[in-house]
Amino acid sequence: MPDPMRIRATESADGVDVRVLMSHEMEGGQRRDSAGNLVPAHFIQTVVVTHAGKPVLNAEWGPAVSKNPYLQFKFKGAKKGDKLTVTWVDNKGETRTDEATIN
Amino acid sequence: MDRNRREFIRAGGVLGLMVAAGLLTAEQAQAQQAAWNKAAFDTKSVDDTVKALGGASAAQSGDIAITAPDIAENGAVVPVGVTSKIPNTQAIYILVEKNPNTLAAGFGIPAGTEANVATRIKMGQTSNVYAVVKADNKFYTASKEVKVTLGGCGG
Repeated sequence: MPDPMRIRATESADGVDVRVLMSHEMEGGQRRDSAGNLVPAHFIQTVVVTHAGKPVLNAEWGPAVSKNPYLQFKFKGAKKGDKLTVTWVDNKGETRTDEATIN
Repeated sequence: MDRNRREFIRAGGVLGLMVAAGLLTAEQAQAQQAAWNKAAFDTKSVDDTVKALGGASAAQSGDIAITAPDIAENGAVVPVGVTSKIPNTQAIYILVEKNPNTLAAGFGIPAGTEANVATRIKMGQTSNVYAVVKADNKFYTASKEVKVTLGGCGG
């Protein structure tokens, strides 16, 4: 099981500010190991953030997103105490879902 | 695969409940994975990426702001943010012209979400970073050069 994400969702005057830090190697598939073999690509392909059963952000990523990816965005229509769910799926089918409370 | 299916069947009874609670099953995770736009992520030029995303061409726009450093010391971690002031922005894409594959990331923006996203990307060398915005099914673009001192791909 991959390491948990760090999610921070804070309410401000003009919406909810969401910051997510995921733990993933994001191997690009371009790098060679010490023996000269290509290291196979291993990266997060999709990230879905949902609030109250509705998606508030759908991200699609390529291998060019940095290791331990960071994501920041803002949305409206949620209030303090609401739950926010973040799910990612990588190209090997591994997945992780974490939940955070807006404060 | 089989194991997933069995778990899925076993979970069938509480499936509605789980979906309501916002939990994803393995099958849903696979559907999420299948939605990934492989054709767009395989492209090697800005024009080809826009075509793979379903647009004929992207018009220059002054309503897109790219937040990125002028000089990135470490190409492995380049913070890039994009803000679009174009009404009805549906999606924001971040492209790096001189990376092995141009498209780095795409963000679908549902109604209620601000057209303002930020992430961190890898850059192999000094290059123009393009933001492509889809709004009302039309494509708009803006670019900014980022100088990279130390490449982030390969090396």
